[in-house]
Amino acid sequence: MSRIIDLGKYIEIGINALEENFSFLWRAIDDGISWTVDNLSELLLSIPFVVFLLIVVLLAYYAKAGKMMFKKEGLKKGGGLVAFVVIGLFLIYAMGYWEDAMCTTTLVLVAAFIALVLGIPIGILAAKNRTADIIIRPILDFMQTMPAFVYLIPAIFFFSVGDTPGVVATVIFSLPPAVRLTSLGIRSVPNDVVEAGRAFGATEKQILYKIELPLAMPTILTGVNQVILLALSMVVIASMVGARGLGSVVYQGIQQNDIAKGFESGLGIVILAIILDRITQSFANKKG
Amino acid sequence: MTTMKSDEDKVVKLRVEDLTLIFGKRKKEALEMLEKGASKAEILQKTKCTVGISKANFEVYEGEVFVVMGLSGSGKSTLIRCLNRLNEPTAGKVFFKDEDITRKGNRELLNIRRFEMSMVFQTFGLLPHKTILENAAFGLELRGEPKEEREKKALAALETVGLKGYEEHYPSAMSGGMQQRVGLARALANDTEVLLMDEAFSALDPLIKSDMQDKLLQIQEKVQKTIVFITHDLDEAIKLGDRIMIMKDGIIEQIGSAEEILTHPASEYVEAFVEKVDRKTIITAESLMFPKPSLLRVKKDGPMRAIRKMQTEGVKFLPVVEDERRTFLGYVWLNDVLELAEKKEMSLEKALKTEVPSVYSDYTVEEMLPLISGNNYPLAVVDKQGGRLLGLVTQTSLIIEATRYGDEEVKQLIKKANKTNRL
Ligand SMILES: Nc1ncnc2c1ncn2[C@@H]1O[C@H](COP(=O)(O)OP(=O)(O)O)[C@@H](O)[C@H]1O
Ligand SMILES: [Mg+2]
Repeated sequence: MSRIIDLGKYIEIGINALEENFSFLWRAIDDGISWTVDNLSELLLSIPFVVFLLIVVLLAYYAKAGKMMFKKEGLKKGGGLVAFVVIGLFLIYAMGYWEDAMCTTTLVLVAAFIALVLGIPIGILAAKNRTADIIIRPILDFMQTMPAFVYLIPAIFFFSVGDTPGVVATVIFSLPPAVRLTSLGIRSVPNDVVEAGRAFGATEKQILYKIELPLAMPTILTGVNQVILLALSMVVIASMVGARGLGSVVYQGIQQNDIAKGFESGLGIVILAIILDRITQSFANKKG
Repeated sequence: MTTMKSDEDKVVKLRVEDLTLIFGKRKKEALEMLEKGASKAEILQKTKCTVGISKANFEVYEGEVFVVMGLSGSGKSTLIRCLNRLNEPTAGKVFFKDEDITRKGNRELLNIRRFEMSMVFQTFGLLPHKTILENAAFGLELRGEPKEEREKKALAALETVGLKGYEEHYPSAMSGGMQQRVGLARALANDTEVLLMDEAFSALDPLIKSDMQDKLLQIQEKVQKTIVFITHDLDEAIKLGDRIMIMKDGIIEQIGSAEEILTHPASEYVEAFVEKVDRKTIITAESLMFPKPSLLRVKKDGPMRAIRKMQTEGVKFLPVVEDERRTFLGYVWLNDVLELAEKKEMSLEKALKTEVPSVYSDYTVEEMLPLISGNNYPLAVVDKQGGRLLGLVTQTSLIIEATRYGDEEVKQLIKKANKTNRL
């Protein structure tokens, strides 16, 4: 069949133009992300395993038990997760994937952080401005339905191979829930509370910071949880463009048909996912 | 600052002039139609615009409770929200202490909301993530007052509304009545001159509602704020309002005291509205009495003059007052005065019957009814300060007023009254 419109061609031209004209920007982003990833992963690895384990255990326990930390009920609530953290992290360590796991954690944290820094303000804008909402909505739908692999193409084009295109593709993939849930959270703040603020002379800024964001916080934290999980689900795909960590080990396992390697590193990702999910979820629930 | 004065020498705190608010896109068109006298329905049909308020004019005096009443959808909320410009008026002016609020810039408007008017809402509008104390202090927080200071004021306000000891609770743990007390405390903590209350008690169940009304009156006695209070409940309006404004479809039907509205309804709508009210508890001596009755001065008017006066007026008795101050002393009866005249007495004093009840002008029919039973003379209405005679309330008018609603007890009184002399 002959083609009437060569849409892909135009996209290619557009991306080429972007690449050439804004090369300084891509360079700066690349430098920034690489620097952050390198330093953060180095920092995480400089912490002795036992100390790291202790920190995560305390964090998990606090997330679950909260104010009841020093009571018996606290132990009941947080005990399960603490046990899981100890066994899970020790397993990763013992299997010899600690370094990869820290690398993955770094990539996930950096990507999630960027996604939130971009996504939350966009979500606020979408909640407050109808026009912005109308524009943003279909873009989010597009981002979520596009297969994740597609993001790798422009990412690698702008940044060549390495951690950066992996992080960038991950950011794009995990951004939508940050926007959507922030917007949802703010829009579901009861109108009478906002009105009360306004009647007492709140500025728009005060309404946002003192009323809307605090009331939307549980929903926003659910967004944070989802962003982190989506970011983690991208690590294998991101490794195809050169991102390091457990994802690349899985990828190697696939390529080398090495079942043991693939299984072990895959298990490592699952353990990280469960720990990150449970901790962030508990924080979200507690605010609610 | 020049202070606005009304005819009765009261200080006008808020004055609304030709205020119109139209919801919808084609405001200009709708406004033109309204000018030409089109109805709300016509305007809605033609322009898809809703007329929220149509050319409202009224004043609210300093220190009064001004009640705005009307059925749901009559524009009460729209109106009160124009006073602090939560709604932007389409046309007209709102004066607050001589300054037109509708022309204020953003900063000035914020300051008016922060320092001059506070608001209480039907749905409370409390912040669920803040404690009761923080909620009560919220208006002050928005103003930027330091924590210590605002919490001190909030604590005092919570004490005023009777919520001492609940500072650390959260709103979700409290009943509706208590939550609204917090709403009231938040408004009081700001210590503004004007309080806007939009159906503040409408969401509460009857007992708690009545309790809150009492509380508000009790507080008002102390703080003397200017309160604009919205309700759709006539009993509440009568209980709280110094003056009541009745609205229908965005139009003001009548403004007046509860009694004025009950005794002289301006329209059939108002009449229908007030029909259900128990008039016995509202109609007072002031509106029932006939003022400036014929009377006798105890020193100056002797028996002969008294006899002549009674004969020309065709009555069997007359009230007697003290000469200068017109203080009510009692009644003299024709028979007694005739006896005095025979004895050539010069003074009325010996015939004077002082053991008679008198009432103040704010006595209600309900309060006066027990005082007339068994008597055959009217009730004297006297001044609260000097005891000056203001007028007389006849038994017949009292009973007519009371029997409109067919009380058994009152029917008995009619029979008795028919036997006694008319004044
Ligand atoms: N934001 C709005 N947009 C359009 N119409 C409105 C809006 N708010 C109120 N109205 C209409 O204005 C009229 C008056 O409403 P409102 O002031 O809320 O009445 P009330 O408080 O007396 O029940 C009603 O017909 C209502 O439907
Ligand atoms: Mg209303």
